[in-house]
Amino acid sequence: MLRYVIKRLLSLMISLIVASAVIFLAIEVVPGDPAAYMLGLNAQEDTLAALREQLGLNGTIAQRYGDWISGMLVGDFGTSYTYRTPVVEMIRERMWISLPLAIYALALSTLIAFPAGIWAASKRGSVTDISVMGVTQLGVAIPNFWFAMLMVLVFAINLRWFSAGGFSGWDSGFFAAVKSLTLPAIALALPQASILARVMRSSLLDTLSEDFIRTARAKGLSKRQALRRHALRNALIPVLTIIGLQFSFLMAGAIIIENVFFLPGLGRLVFQSISARDLIVVESVVMLLVFAVIVVNFAVDIAYAFVDPRLRVQG
Amino acid sequence: MILKSLNIGLISAAALAASIGMVQAGQSDIVVGMQLEPPHLDPTSAAAGAIDSVVYSNVFEGLTRFGWDGSVNPGLAASWDISDDGLVYTFHLRSGVKFHDGTTMDGEDVKFSLDRARAEDSANAQKGLFAAIDSIEVVNPTTVKVTLSAPTGNFLFNMAWGDAVIVAPESIENIKTNPVGTGAFTFSNWVQGDQIVIIRNDDYWGTPARLESATFKFISDPTAAFAAVMAEDVDVFSGFPAPENLPQFDADPRFTVLVGSTEGETILSTNNKMPPFDNVLVREAVAHAIDRQAIIDGAMFGYGTPIGTHFAPHNPDYVDLTGNSQYDPDKARALLAEAGFADGFTTTLKLPPPSYARRGGEIIAAQLREVGINAEISNLEWAQWLEQVFRGKDFGLTIVSHTEPMDIGIYAKPDYYFQYDNAAFQTLMSDLNAETDPAMRSEILKKAQTIISEDYVNGYLFQLAALSVANSKVVGLWENAPTQATDLTAVYWAD
Amino acid sequence: MSAAEISLRKAALRSRSLMIGLVLTLVFAGGALISFLWTPYDILTLDIANKIKLPSGAHPLGTDHFGRDILSMIMVGARTSIAVALVAVGIGMGLGVPLGLAAAARKGTFLDELIMRGNDLVFAFPSLLIAIMITAVFGPSALNAIIAIGVFNIPVFARLTRSGALSLWTRDYILSARVAGKGAARISFEHILPNVTNLLIVQGTIQFSLGILAEAGLSYVGLGAQPPIPSWGRMLADSQTMISFAPHMAIFPGMAILLTVLGLNLMGDGLRDLFDPKLRKVGR
Repeated sequence: MLRYVIKRLLSLMISLIVASAVIFLAIEVVPGDPAAYMLGLNAQEDTLAALREQLGLNGTIAQRYGDWISGMLVGDFGTSYTYRTPVVEMIRERMWISLPLAIYALALSTLIAFPAGIWAASKRGSVTDISVMGVTQLGVAIPNFWFAMLMVLVFAINLRWFSAGGFSGWDSGFFAAVKSLTLPAIALALPQASILARVMRSSLLDTLSEDFIRTARAKGLSKRQALRRHALRNALIPVLTIIGLQFSFLMAGAIIIENVFFLPGLGRLVFQSISARDLIVVESVVMLLVFAVIVVNFAVDIAYAFVDPRLRVQG
Repeated sequence: MILKSLNIGLISAAALAASIGMVQAGQSDIVVGMQLEPPHLDPTSAAAGAIDSVVYSNVFEGLTRFGWDGSVNPGLAASWDISDDGLVYTFHLRSGVKFHDGTTMDGEDVKFSLDRARAEDSANAQKGLFAAIDSIEVVNPTTVKVTLSAPTGNFLFNMAWGDAVIVAPESIENIKTNPVGTGAFTFSNWVQGDQIVIIRNDDYWGTPARLESATFKFISDPTAAFAAVMAEDVDVFSGFPAPENLPQFDADPRFTVLVGSTEGETILSTNNKMPPFDNVLVREAVAHAIDRQAIIDGAMFGYGTPIGTHFAPHNPDYVDLTGNSQYDPDKARALLAEAGFADGFTTTLKLPPPSYARRGGEIIAAQLREVGINAEISNLEWAQWLEQVFRGKDFGLTIVSHTEPMDIGIYAKPDYYFQYDNAAFQTLMSDLNAETDPAMRSEILKKAQTIISEDYVNGYLFQLAALSVANSKVVGLWENAPTQATDLTAVYWAD
Repeated sequence: MSAAEISLRKAALRSRSLMIGLVLTLVFAGGALISFLWTPYDILTLDIANKIKLPSGAHPLGTDHFGRDILSMIMVGARTSIAVALVAVGIGMGLGVPLGLAAAARKGTFLDELIMRGNDLVFAFPSLLIAIMITAVFGPSALNAIIAIGVFNIPVFARLTRSGALSLWTRDYILSARVAGKGAARISFEHILPNVTNLLIVQGTIQFSLGILAEAGLSYVGLGAQPPIPSWGRMLADSQTMISFAPHMAIFPGMAILLTVLGLNLMGDGLRDLFDPKLRKVGR
């Protein structure tokens, strides 16, 4: 087991190093001089040179990569070119929107998907099953930004129940803040819930057909009892994996939705920073998101290995 | 510390009183929506107009200042004398002016500000404004003598720009995050990505502001801007980004739509050195291929004034030269044939992000296609546009609004991105700079407009309109935008 | 209800979903093909005077902000969506399948490890971020959207092919082929590949629909095909500020995306059942 963990850890490290190099190189070749952007149309050459020097844009690529990595290891992500504030602070601020949004969306998606999946599985082949599966087909197929636009049209512009976008801030009160995250969370959750409900259903059906359930049923348990006592717990493993993966997806996948609702979260930060050529912010946020995904995957792998010892051998 | 907590106590008591209806006084705070958030708050070291939109005249003041109609009025300088040769400006400063941190504003601060702006390592985005300054001398705390190396007819106008505001050496270090000026409002706080709050400066030297506080809220998305106004989350939206939504506001009695003029000449910039645009016949053909009204209707939903040269129509010296480039596709085809492009040609049309450029670009590409010119659109972010078009000069056509006031002088710079090189025009501009007689200046400006119009340097499209939406009860807003500013010093709520 | 009855109903249902999927897909593919020869209006000619008209006899789906016919725009837009998604799937299959075959043939070796870790790495990048990074570097265009979506398809097909192939390598007929002296590459292409084709077709359909969604998302944020080439995502982006007074500009392109993706997904499900007899086994 220990050997397995060490091996996975090693591959995790390599992945992180390769990922950081790829991100850095990709972003460093982005055309567009941040200094020119900041100074605008009438900037003179000497002013530009002065600013470039200030921003530390003059070192060699290897030097700058080294600075970036060694900085990040001690929690220093550098200073934003445009805002002139530490990138860590910007990320921390934005995280207070992106993270709650992801959790909110995940909670909604789980709350919808579990009952729907179980219900459909327990009434397999019935009208209920067919309609639940039909709705999830729509949920998977609907582009979430379009769904978001329609919700804005109905709930913000016509009914005026919600504001069309923006974030009221946590200091405006918990409920006001949650309210401003509600439409975005629904837009994010719908496709995820549809996927999750389908996984839940098929995973339950798989376990229901396994031998120990048949034994349980042979012992006289009703289908519902068998489902509740035995199948549900066993069906949860694949479902939890999907939830784990969805979480990292939600952190990054919110980019478009954050733009629809102009939420000042991480995704929007990436977008704005790319247009402002605030490369250091782009690098750091992308690296952070990739780091999160790699670590979540690693955790899922290790958790699996604990549950299912066969995996350790296969690697 | 004690004072501070006392203050807070007072404010919350007042808020309480207001909320239970004991106080009937009118509203004294305002929320102003804006599309762009400033990157920082130092107007003297960045080109970002969003900085001026927040701090110009509200927080920072210069020697002179722009009025709503574009006039140049006394600012921190109450008056000035100009020597007969036009080289020496003696500014008489107002006395008793204090910066927000309590330090006194005097001649030394003026010298410091101007020297800082024109220094070798200065990061000022409009260094050209200060190019003519030869030396600055502090005669006494309220008198500053500025000597120019050559007569500059525009000097007082230059000093009114946001890039020329007066700052203090004591507070310069943190100016980007904590701007300390002399204006009627004091910077209070900034939630990045969201809002900036300024509050009334009770020690202001002039007429105090009527509002107690103002919040600038940054809403870049046009849809969200629309919703924010509709929901009355903002009281004013200055520079409303989606002209298509204005008719709805106009029809709603809760709102007033302000349509004013800006200094933004929106042009189809043409690379005069890149074939085939080095041929004046081709440029003329392009000019006749363009239907301005269709662009104004399609891209701006009718808001905008057609122009035929690079000059603001509201300026008294403006000459209407739109007749030089009437929409006439047949003439355009004939001109192309004459230039040897009977079968048309292919070029690039590089578009920066604003909707006037993106939508206008699609319309212009379609109009050019009608006469056989294939303009391939590529949409660029501002940074890429600056790199490729503005600095790299790697473009055939582009659309951009030149928002600097009185910027016809750019046509005298042969290495400016559209690369217009005309010795006669360059001489004319140096004559203009040396000329201080208003009548002569007017003559020269008119002549200059005609030259570039008849040379078809660029496709002249329309003057950008200043579009704002406000709560009907808000009084005193600038309708026009002579510079990028949201001057709130005279704004109040009608009962 | 007996088990046999359930299975019958289910088979009928499945084939129905296959039918619905096929019809929806054919409608949009057909629209795209017809648009090469004919559209109700020319979408390259703007008609500003007739901008933002609600659906009418002359324009069944109305006109957009430049007075273009929305039905024609959707037909031509289908072309963009389908082309981008199809090529992206092609890239994913073209590179992913050989990689997967190689990894399976050299299972447990350094090559296998390298390919699988490479896959993990690509997976670790959120797909939209890859797309944004690629378009930020090379500029927005349909081609870059294709590459961005295609790159993300490679590991999907590599993994699927590897796992499908691994189970085949232990089969007797493969063993006999090896005994007969056939090389790993030859076995992979002659014996393994034909037996994973069904898997690939099903996954290809799913990736195709994901590609259409991704293309719509990218063009919505301005990173897809550039004007004047119409694309559904950009039509939605253009309509956004006008949704309050011209909802038709947002509803129809969105419906087009929804129905196309739905059609492909239903078709994928139907095909899977058709190819995988296990699912039709009673009781499963």
